Amino acid sequence: MSHLSYARAMDSFQATIDADSRIEPRDAMPDGYRKTLIRQIAQHAHSEIIGMQPEGNWISRAPSLRRKAILMAKVQDEAGHGLYLYAAAETLGVDRADLLDMLHTGRQKYSSIFNYPTLTWADIGAIGWLVDGAAIVNQVPLCRCSYGPYARAMVRVCKEESFHQRQGFEILHTLSTGTPGQQAMAQDALDRWWWPSLMMFGPPDASSTHSEQSMAWGIKRHSNDELRQRFVDMTVPQADVLGLRVPDDGLVYDEVTGHYSFTQPDFTELYEVVKGNGPCNEKRLATRVKAHEDGAWVREAAAAYAAKQMERAA
Amino acid sequence: MTVEPLWEVFVRSRRGLSHTHVGSLHAPDATMALRNARDVYTRRQEGVSIWVVPATDITASSPDEKDEFFDPAADKVYRHPTFYDVPEGVDHL
Repeated sequence: MSHLSYARAMDSFQATIDADSRIEPRDAMPDGYRKTLIRQIAQHAHSEIIGMQPEGNWISRAPSLRRKAILMAKVQDEAGHGLYLYAAAETLGVDRADLLDMLHTGRQKYSSIFNYPTLTWADIGAIGWLVDGAAIVNQVPLCRCSYGPYARAMVRVCKEESFHQRQGFEILHTLSTGTPGQQAMAQDALDRWWWPSLMMFGPPDASSTHSEQSMAWGIKRHSNDELRQRFVDMTVPQADVLGLRVPDDGLVYDEVTGHYSFTQPDFTELYEVVKGNGPCNEKRLATRVKAHEDGAWVREAAAAYAAKQMERAA
Repeated sequence: MTVEPLWEVFVRSRRGLSHTHVGSLHAPDATMALRNARDVYTRRQEGVSIWVVPATDITASSPDEKDEFFDPAADKVYRHPTFYDVPEGVDHL
């Protein structure tokens, strides 16, 4: 591309962004825009499939057949969400196999929330209610992301997520209206998942490295702190209905602003988990790599079968 | 007379929306299929992007097997949010 036509293509990109319209795969786009999207969509996809592990941990021990069927359906949805997202990333000219390789070799990340263990059945409730709740708050604005394929994938994902959050809330509601032991289990899950859930929105705005450019490009629509506030405002009244206590002594409802003021999570913990020092980082990655390697014969057999069919047809 | 191949036509009506199947046409090659699709299906600015795909390259599910093929989803009502009871007074769930 000549300098002049490059400049013209970038003008047209900017005009599309300024008009709050969508960029589509064959449009010219700045390198940084493409790279940012690949990084973000890949990280999002990786999170969906790594996220299958903490919940998959409880499928065999779900307390009833009903709960087991629901949990399987949910974990299956996460796999599907990963696939939608890898497909959206591939429209930017990358290959899914390469993205998986980046995940497996630690060159791309996934959401730190999945580096925490699921110790009790109540944790499955807490993940659905809080983790999926936070994910929905993050993902709803992404349905209006400037990159068309990502936005469309998010519309599908958000539609499917709504049952995830409800089933989690239902699990906790059952426990919190149950025996004292069940109530304590529900409270313990909230105590452990509250702070990591707040961290899901990323570092505070003042120290968020990618935010400003992503906002200018229409990839991100709200700041980390705005979304965190929105999550707290939605979630605290739900905890009240459950009869559970949000583990924050600083939590106060401000009548004037209509928002809760709350204690910020300890972000040094977030940075430590991102660096690889969370309770389950090694286990999650090792399980993923093993699943990929153990599945190699299936991919090979499928390819061999397809080749044989083609040979026969020829 | 040789029969020109059949092409399925997909149009993106505006940025942000997926390409949607609008119909098909006959054309000798992909370039002509694309131009003809523009003239047949977007005379009133119905689209900002067109895909043409050789009809023979589309593998479709068989109508005869529709029941068995889609059945597994039928009894999984718990995949829908309406399956769950939400206590009164709970918003944003």
